[in-house]
Amino acid sequence: MTAEQLIYIMLLLPVLGAVGIAIVGRIENIQEAVTLATAVGLLVAVLALLEVVLAGGRPATGKFEIIQGVELYFAAEPLGMLFACVASSLWIINSIYSIGYMRGNNEPRQTSFYVCFAVAIAGAMGVSMAGNLFTLFLFYEILTLSTYPLVTHKGTDEARAGGRLYLLLLLGTSMALLLPAIIWTGVIAGTMDFVPGGILSGKISGVFVAVLLGLYMFGIGKAALMPVHFWLPAAMVAPTPVSALLHAVAVVKAGVFTVVKVIIYVFGYEFLASALDFNWLVYVAGFTIIAASLVALQQDNLKRRLAYSTVSQLSYVVMATAILAPISIMGAVLHIAAHAFGKITLFFAAGSIYTAAHKTEISQLNGIGRKMPWTMGAFAIAAISMIGLPPTAGFMSKWYMLMGAIQVEHYFAIGVIILSTLLNAGYFMPIVYNAFFKQPDSKKGKHDDHGEAPMPIVIALTATAIGTVLLFFFSGVPLELAQQVVGK
Amino acid sequence: MIEAQLPALQVIIPLFGAVLTALVRHDKASWGIALIVSLMMPVISFALLQQVLATETGIISYALGGWAPPLGIEYRIDLANAFILLLVSVMGALVMAYAPRSVTAEIGRDRASWFYTMYLLCLTGLLGIAITGDAFNIFVFLEVSSLATYVLIALGKDKRAVLSAYQYLIIGTIGATFYVIGIGLLYVMTGTLNLADIANRIGNIEQTRTVLAALAFLTVGISLKLALFPLHVWLPNAYAYAPSVATAFLASTATKVAVYLLLRIFFSVFGVALVFNTLPVSEILLTLSVAAMFGASIVAVFQSNVKRMLAYSSVAQIGYITLGIALANQTGLTGGIVHLFNHALIKGALFLSLGCLVYRMGIVKIEDMSGIGRRMPYTMAAFTVAGLSLIGVPGTVGFVSKWYLAQGAFENGLWWLVAAIMLSSLIAVVYIGRVIEVAYFRDVTAKPITPNRVPLEMLGVTWLLAAATIYFGIDTELTAGMASKAAEILLAGPK
Repeated sequence: MTAEQLIYIMLLLPVLGAVGIAIVGRIENIQEAVTLATAVGLLVAVLALLEVVLAGGRPATGKFEIIQGVELYFAAEPLGMLFACVASSLWIINSIYSIGYMRGNNEPRQTSFYVCFAVAIAGAMGVSMAGNLFTLFLFYEILTLSTYPLVTHKGTDEARAGGRLYLLLLLGTSMALLLPAIIWTGVIAGTMDFVPGGILSGKISGVFVAVLLGLYMFGIGKAALMPVHFWLPAAMVAPTPVSALLHAVAVVKAGVFTVVKVIIYVFGYEFLASALDFNWLVYVAGFTIIAASLVALQQDNLKRRLAYSTVSQLSYVVMATAILAPISIMGAVLHIAAHAFGKITLFFAAGSIYTAAHKTEISQLNGIGRKMPWTMGAFAIAAISMIGLPPTAGFMSKWYMLMGAIQVEHYFAIGVIILSTLLNAGYFMPIVYNAFFKQPDSKKGKHDDHGEAPMPIVIALTATAIGTVLLFFFSGVPLELAQQVVGK
Repeated sequence: MIEAQLPALQVIIPLFGAVLTALVRHDKASWGIALIVSLMMPVISFALLQQVLATETGIISYALGGWAPPLGIEYRIDLANAFILLLVSVMGALVMAYAPRSVTAEIGRDRASWFYTMYLLCLTGLLGIAITGDAFNIFVFLEVSSLATYVLIALGKDKRAVLSAYQYLIIGTIGATFYVIGIGLLYVMTGTLNLADIANRIGNIEQTRTVLAALAFLTVGISLKLALFPLHVWLPNAYAYAPSVATAFLASTATKVAVYLLLRIFFSVFGVALVFNTLPVSEILLTLSVAAMFGASIVAVFQSNVKRMLAYSSVAQIGYITLGIALANQTGLTGGIVHLFNHALIKGALFLSLGCLVYRMGIVKIEDMSGIGRRMPYTMAAFTVAGLSLIGVPGTVGFVSKWYLAQGAFENGLWWLVAAIMLSSLIAVVYIGRVIEVAYFRDVTAKPITPNRVPLEMLGVTWLLAAATIYFGIDTELTAGMASKAAEILLAGPK
């Protein structure tokens, strides 16, 4: 099988899976089996392609012209490969988790849930393999549209309101800002392909560089740069596996992935460093990191705190890329993977607590670690990764970011990273401490005689927690990919 | 040779069909005649298109009755109107395949036959406007189609349909009168009614006040017919209360033919230099188009009748088409013309899926649609797909149109216009989103009014159009390719 065919398989497999799920729908066991089989098949295809890319291959295919000069074009490169690996491997674990969660909570409309999920994965694969801006935009929008029914899944007023905000903000920013930026790029550069070193060098100058960068950065609403971050906390009403999809597997990752991709392959970081008079992006991202952490500190709802933590962590990726130093960009690339594994563990834990104990607020979690040791143990490991301590993946990515910032002597960025590390510790550590060392409230609740969550949930969150640690010890592949991205 | 007579057959066959249905006066037989006629039309217009492509000049000239132009009536077909003929005839064929049970259910057996008569007359008129190269002949066909349209609207079940038809009758007559005044002035100045001939003779006198007045009368008259904001007031009620089949047909053809007429008058008679360079037509049209895109879209958000909502959306979408004309560059005009086609597909699919809802549930109000997506999944899926196209999601026809328009705006250096195009399509997200949300994320409440499921032919045609909005969003060679060539011909001006 050629590498080009592998790309098509990656795109088609989740779609076929979605069709399969829709056909066998209503028979729970088979529908879940189809989901899992598709997810495993996808990972196999991704890993096969990974081998090609690691060996230096850059398979590309497509070039179907849609509008004059606008082509559907797919090309595998290291950054997209990393995103595809993260999304496809986490889809398997997330599917296992979903089985436990959806059954445990008797969620309605499970068929449409699994179908939309598979379509969203197809969207993520398309984003990761996009060879030009148009293709990326196409799949970016498919991802938005296919996740909207998932966010609104519960059908309550709150879910509908959250879904509305989600759709309007993501479609709105992408249509009003990102699309004009893409058309603008196409008109001045004469191409929309992703090329190492960028396509804009010499085509644009002065204040227009900053304007175009702004259109891209705020147009990519999925990266949740303040002030276009509101959709992320609002989308918290979704069932937990959906939150995991949004925060770890596909949606926000597609956002920061696109940010990195645009800066590296459209602008070219060297061109941007020379052409941008004032690098405003570092400051906006830095502000987002700190502000979102401060907001997270005040949230009592666990999922909301995690949501603001995500807003903050995403801006790490944006800021590290915006520093425009190769080493910090490597850190940004690594952080896409590191944050994915850490944050999915945290959400899995939150969902596990909700399923077993029906608790959603942090103040209710005193002493829960003794009843749910696996859940809270995994939560602790993931929290350590969020803070950026060894031996977890988060340490590695933060290390590179800091190195890059020091190398170019960007004191603002250094300060932001240090301060936010303290803030991260400030809003994660008390949860872990109280869960294990505080006495539970004496008042007896209805659901207090619970143990661990259902088995699939525990398996899933343990797996991702282990993944967080393994990424620290066996960082060869992501590191190699990150190196290939910056070409050093 | 029959091939040589095709231009005449394109108009004569539906005219005879109309007479025949009026004589037969039997609902099923009339439908049969209307269907056969409607199925012949695309064959003829496709053959005409092939002929146009085969000729060296790119123009077929047909002397009606053997009277040579400019004295006789000339049917004159180039790529621009071949495209329109194909659009109108294909939409007619699809709508007729969909029609029988919907028409019987909404209009009743006894009057169904008249519906088909009026439909065929309307089709005759629309095809006639598109095919003829004679200014007065256009007026005749304009009246034929308009009069038939008034009746089609008045056949609606709701009592307000009659009032809407009357309203349209008055405004439509004003429009036609303006048109005929404009033509009269041109006749006085040039002594001819043949469009190509007028274009030839207008050169030396184009700055005279009479010619400019003629242009003004023609522009306003045609703008009334194509529902250019703020001359659109007849349209929302007409579309809302007409029978579903009539709405779908009119929405995807009538305004489109009027837009074609405007293109013809602007580009092939008066020429780009006069209309866009000397006069501020571009500025006026641009302003009105943007006002339509925002104004009508915002009004659409607040409608509770979904048919009315889509009608206001049509006014907004016509704004996109006229925007392409106002840009008057190759890319922008291509965008306008391709949107003519794309919007016909989209609105056809949307109104036909509403027709399915009316047939089975008897509802058009948004609040009654609660949970309808689960009760009628196939119908609402088609609505959703077409709705996404209307919004302009990539991979759909709406995106193709907007891409061309935005690029055309960029080329003219109109930055703010790019933003306006994108922002106005966000309003479409809101009004389509309202329907989707109610249909899918609320509990089922509505009760069917008929035990029958939606007939296969209704669902099939709706789905065919919905699928076409995706297909032509990916394979744009036919649509955008033709639009681009048509734009080239139009911009080149009168020959």
